[in-house]
Amino acid sequence: MPVLHSAPKIASNEGVLDALVAALGNKVVASKEEHGEIVLTIDRLEIENALRALRDDHGYQQLMEMAGVDYPSRAERFEVVYMLLSVTKNHRLMVKVTAAENTPVPTVTTLWPNAGWLEREVFDMYGVIFAGNRDLRRILTDYGFEGHPFRKDFPLTGYVELRYSEEDKRVVYEPVKLAQDLRTFDFMSPWEGADYVLPGDEKAAEAAAPPPVATPKATETKADTGAGDKANDKAADKSPADAPAKAEGGKAPEAPQDTESRPAKEDDK
Amino acid sequence: MSMQLETSPTTGDEVITNYTINFGPQHPAAHGVLRMVMELDGEIIERIDPHVGLLHRGTEKLIEHKTYLQALPYFDRLDYCSPLAMEHSYVLAIEKLLNLEVPLRAQYLRVLFAELTRICNHMLNMGSHVMDVGAMTPNLWLFEIREDCLNFFERASGARMHSAWFRPGGVHQDVPLKLLTDLADWLDTRLPRLFEDAMSLVVDNRIFKQRNVDIAITSREDSLAWGFSGPMIRAAGIPWDIRKSQPYDVYDRMDFEIPVGTNSDCYDRFMVRVEEVRQSAKIMKQCLREMPEGPVASDDRKVVPPKRAEMKSSMESLIHHFKLYTEGFHVPAGEVYVATESPKGEFGVYLVSDGSNKPYRCKIRPTAFSHLQAMDFMSKGHMLPDATAILGAIDVVFGECDR
Repeated sequence: MPVLHSAPKIASNEGVLDALVAALGNKVVASKEEHGEIVLTIDRLEIENALRALRDDHGYQQLMEMAGVDYPSRAERFEVVYMLLSVTKNHRLMVKVTAAENTPVPTVTTLWPNAGWLEREVFDMYGVIFAGNRDLRRILTDYGFEGHPFRKDFPLTGYVELRYSEEDKRVVYEPVKLAQDLRTFDFMSPWEGADYVLPGDEKAAEAAAPPPVATPKATETKADTGAGDKANDKAADKSPADAPAKAEGGKAPEAPQDTESRPAKEDDK
Repeated sequence: MSMQLETSPTTGDEVITNYTINFGPQHPAAHGVLRMVMELDGEIIERIDPHVGLLHRGTEKLIEHKTYLQALPYFDRLDYCSPLAMEHSYVLAIEKLLNLEVPLRAQYLRVLFAELTRICNHMLNMGSHVMDVGAMTPNLWLFEIREDCLNFFERASGARMHSAWFRPGGVHQDVPLKLLTDLADWLDTRLPRLFEDAMSLVVDNRIFKQRNVDIAITSREDSLAWGFSGPMIRAAGIPWDIRKSQPYDVYDRMDFEIPVGTNSDCYDRFMVRVEEVRQSAKIMKQCLREMPEGPVASDDRKVVPPKRAEMKSSMESLIHHFKLYTEGFHVPAGEVYVATESPKGEFGVYLVSDGSNKPYRCKIRPTAFSHLQAMDFMSKGHMLPDATAILGAIDVVFGECDR
C-alpha cells in the first residue's frame, strides 16, 4: 500500500526485520511489520539480553518510552512495549514482552538509567513486576493508593474520592459518589451482530426457551378436555352438516343502510 | 536519612549532618506541582528524589473511553504551554493508522502553527528561566510576545490556549488571509524587535552567566542513555531534531538550521532555545511564502465532517455529519508509535487500535519524564540555588509530565 499519510518518515524498514530476527535467533517469539512499524516480541526472560544486543550491536542507543497494555482475555494479560530509537541509523523499533500479574519481567535499568521511572510507571498503572528494579515504588498515583488504575477492569471513576473536611481540618477519603452516571454510549449497530437485549425486548428474550415437559399434554378423549360433563354432552350433540346457523326468525340478515354521502373535498375532484 | 559526614575542624566536637528538605510541591520555581526531596550537605545537593504525579489526571484512561475525535482536546491540556504541538503527534498517529492523505495547505498550516507554538512555548520557558535566576524585566518583555502568539491562536481557532485546531485529516478551519498577512508583519517587525531587545538583556549578562554556565554538564553518552531529546540533547552537541531527521508534514521542504551546544550546560540549553526561536520565525516566513491555496482538510467523508453548506442540500452529508459526531470514525486495528519534535523534545503517542471507534490504548510519551528523572544525577554536587536553574533549563510542565 502506498504511504499517503504525512507522519514522521524514518529510514527504510527494508530488510531490517529479517536481519534483526536472524541476529536475535530464538529470543524472538514473534515478529511483524505493520503500518510501517517493526514489532518484535521477545521471550520474557531474554528481554534484557535482547535489548542489550539491540543497543550494542545494532545501534539502538535510546530507550524513548515504555508502555504497558492490558488484554484481559489473554493468558498473560499484560504487554510491555519498549520503544527504541537509533539516532545513528535514524530508525525506530518496538520490542514487546508479555507478562502476567505474577510473572516478573527482568529490569532493563542495567542498560538505560531512564528505564527506572518508566518501569515504575508500568508497575504503578498495571502491576507488572520488574525483577531487579531496586526502586519499584508507585510514581504517578497518590501516596497510599491501592490497585492499578489502567487495568481494563479498574473502573474509570476509581473507588475513592477525596475532599477537604472542614470539621476534621484535613483531607478525607470517601467512596466515590456520582451525582450523575458517566455517559458511556454503545455505538454497536443492532443490525450488525449486537448480542444484547434492547430496552423493551426483555420478555422476548426470556420466552425463547419453554421449559421441557415430561408427559406431553394431549386431548384424545372427551375427558381430557377438562371442561366438565355438561360441555362434553353438548359437544357430542351433533347437528346435521347442512343445517343453517340458527335462523329461528326465518329472516336473512339484511345489508346495512347506506350512509349519507358526504360532500367531496376540493382535492378529490 | 541523615548521615554523619565529618567532624568540624574548627570546633572539634561538632558534627555536621546532612539534612533533607522538601522543594515544593508549592514552589514558584518548580514550574508546577513538583515535590523534590533533597538531601543537602550544607548547601550542596547530595541526592534529589523528585516526586511527580501530583497533577496526574488519568488522561490515558479517559482517552480509552472517548472516541478518537473526543480525545483530541485532552492533548491541549497536557502541555498547556504548547498545546498544538501535543495535538500534532496525536493526529499524525491517527492518520498513520488510517493511511490518510492530508492536503498540502493543511500541512503548511500545521507547520506554521506548530512553529508559532514553539515560539510561544519558548517565550514562557525562557522568561521563567531568567526569572528563576534573578531577572525580572526580560520575563515581562517575553510575555508580550507570548500574548501576541495567543492572540494569533485565538484568531485561528477561537481559543487562546486549548485550540483543538489540528484534526485527523487536516485542520478544523481555514484561516483568514488577514491573519496570515498580520503574522508576516509580526514576524518582520514586532517579534525581532521585542525578542532581540529582551535577549540583549540576558545572553551576555554577567549574573545570568554566573548562574548558568557550567551548571549540570552532561556528556553525550549520558544524554543518550538518559533518553534526552529536544533542546536538552542538542545542547549536548548531538544534532538530533525529529523535524530534520524524520520529517513530518512539510518539514522536509523547510530550510532551517539546527542549533547545537558545545558545553552541554544550562546556558547552552538556554541559547539553543534562543536560536530555535529565530529558526522558527524563518520556517514560518517560508510557510507564509509558499503556502498554496486549496482545501484544509481531507475530503474523505468517513473521517472528516462535511462543510455546513453541503449538509443543507445533501442527505449523504447530513448522514456523514451525524455519524461522525455520534459514533465517530473507526480506525483499522494495529499499533503505531508516532513522535514529533515538540518545543520540549520528543513527544510521542503510542496508539493501539482494535478496529473500533475508540482507542484501545493511547500511551503518551512526555518529554519531561526522562529529563526530570536525570535531575538527580545532573544536580549532584551543585548548590541548592542551582536546582532552579537546572529545572528551568529542563523546561518541565507538569500537565504533560504527570498526564
